[in-house]
Amino acid sequence: MTTLTKNKITELFLNHAPSFGTFPQIREKGRSLIIENGLPALKEEEYKFTSISKKLEQSIDDFSPSTRSEFIREIVLSHVFEGFDGDLLVFNNGHYDKTLSSVNQSGLEVSTLIDSVQASLGKIAKSEKDPFVSLNDIYFEDGIFIKVKKNQKIEKPVFFLFFNKTNQGQVISPRILIEVEENAEVSFLENTISLDESSYFSNVVTEIKVEQNAHVHYDRLQSQNRKSILVNNFETDVHRDASFTSLVVSLSGDMVRNNLSLNLLDSGCEGNMYGLYLLNGKTHVDNHTNVDHTKPHSESNELYKGILADSSRGVFNGKIFVRQDAQKTNAFQQNNNILLSDDATVNTKPQLEIWADDVKCSHGCTTGQLDEEALFYLRARGLGKEQAKGMLLYAFAGEVLEHVSDESFKKYLTGIVQERLGSNF
Amino acid sequence: MLVIKNLHASIEGAPILKGINLEVKAGEVHAIMGPNGSGKSTLASVLAGREEYVVTEGEVLFKGKNLLDLAPEERAREGVFLAFQYPVEIPGVSTTNFLRTAVNQVREYRGQEPLDAVKFLSVMKEKMKLVEIDQKLMSRSLNEGFSGGEKKRNEIFQMAMLEPTLAVLDETDSGLDIDALRIVSNGVNQLKSSETATIVVTHYQRLLDYIIPDFVHVLHDGRIVKSGTKDLALELEEKGYDWIKEEANTTSV
Repeated sequence: MTTLTKNKITELFLNHAPSFGTFPQIREKGRSLIIENGLPALKEEEYKFTSISKKLEQSIDDFSPSTRSEFIREIVLSHVFEGFDGDLLVFNNGHYDKTLSSVNQSGLEVSTLIDSVQASLGKIAKSEKDPFVSLNDIYFEDGIFIKVKKNQKIEKPVFFLFFNKTNQGQVISPRILIEVEENAEVSFLENTISLDESSYFSNVVTEIKVEQNAHVHYDRLQSQNRKSILVNNFETDVHRDASFTSLVVSLSGDMVRNNLSLNLLDSGCEGNMYGLYLLNGKTHVDNHTNVDHTKPHSESNELYKGILADSSRGVFNGKIFVRQDAQKTNAFQQNNNILLSDDATVNTKPQLEIWADDVKCSHGCTTGQLDEEALFYLRARGLGKEQAKGMLLYAFAGEVLEHVSDESFKKYLTGIVQERLGSNF
Repeated sequence: MLVIKNLHASIEGAPILKGINLEVKAGEVHAIMGPNGSGKSTLASVLAGREEYVVTEGEVLFKGKNLLDLAPEERAREGVFLAFQYPVEIPGVSTTNFLRTAVNQVREYRGQEPLDAVKFLSVMKEKMKLVEIDQKLMSRSLNEGFSGGEKKRNEIFQMAMLEPTLAVLDETDSGLDIDALRIVSNGVNQLKSSETATIVVTHYQRLLDYIIPDFVHVLHDGRIVKSGTKDLALELEEKGYDWIKEEANTTSV
């Protein structure tokens, strides 16, 4: 890709960007960064394998911000999985829809960003970190702020449902800020759903502050349509003795880029990152993760697994940063891939930057075909070839799904994954 | 039950089996012995349908059907069971779930009703006793972290569950201590009947003290060069394989 595309796409966004009067500092900063740096060009290291700008140029006709679409409660309910029991947060083309949402649990406060005027907005996912954060800074109209109050254990999961429908503009920009106060516990679930089959661009920014000794799970399913482009900037500040677990299951889309950053800001922090991508067709999914160990005695675990068919492509870039102060850090990373076709590709890159000398860090990545010996073993016991394949693939994927926090969601995801892998027997 | 005629097989173009002739009848136990590299394991693999071996000549009839035309799973469903020399570790697949799927596949093929969970568990418990296998292993991933002896016992346990008509044991005794050998052999012996047959592929005569063969065949350079009764195994134990090789070489010259 040439700088021409980069410039062109940057200009298209700037020309169609809204001019909201709210959050003037954030908007201004985002705009100036976009003007200065533009969107990523192909040669840029961070986006080397994922040419989002080119994809946007090819797929998006209308760069104006998407407004709310019309849909009814029945649509929402039809996308709530069986056995779900918890609170619902519904987004309509990136805009929070209060009437379709239901928040009943005590200890949980949900408000719009405009109403709550949070000083910490943009302090966790900083504009300068990624051009798509800058772009969201300009494009988001409002968003939501969730506060989980001190010492509260939120028993039931809080489920984000992002509904996207392209008839009201193709650029969707949800913005979420979550603060989990001291000693609180909460589990979030998320699903991204397309209500039609057309192209759109969803550019999400989620910022989470996990305060001292708080524990948070956040499990995401990405099942949007095959023409959609999805960029996520998901960043978490984890404070002393707190833990944060992220899990992402990616199943579809045209191009998906997940930036996930865990900042372990103190001692006793635990950060877990799990990912599963089951790709087929031409789907391209890129997971860029970053865990920053800043103080001694913290731990991170990471496991990403991919099964790729047809001419799909997976990218994994896992960065572990251990600062000089962060002695006695334990950091583990693993990325394993199975390619089911000659045309499928994986680019995997562990990146370890370690400045402390007394740490335990390990990383490993594998990319291969299905184990032929194991396949023969199962067939020699009477399992059909497809069934044996399904069993082996599910065994591979299951290691990630084990970590889903909510049992009903786990069951739902397991069903989807088994269906996809032909192992639903 | 099994008729092997002039079987030739090669791997990556290199011929390994060079004309095997063997007939196994119901109720019989045949031991295949021979030095390393003689083609013993290849014969077992070809019978089970391992795809990397190419049959270049000859035929194999199993209960009158052309075995070589069948996929590995079809052979298993027809009643051929291969106990692997090196059972594969499969993380994430629980032994119980796998076996239930396998057993029901085989039952379906044979026109039997599938076993429900309760019935399956009771059959499993009964067969587990046969090879003195620990219940705990059943809830673990298939063969993962099993000791050598546990893996071999698990093979015989699976055999008991699948009730084959022809069992091919590929060096099931290798690496087993005496106790494990006794347990495994005991399992095999209890599964024998007048309707089933067993082919025991082994390097050591020791196993044949426990599983008494009706016939012993010596494989050398891809051919059966000598057949006899269990006395032949004892003779081999005493004299080694060299005299067989020499004899075979003289004959071929």
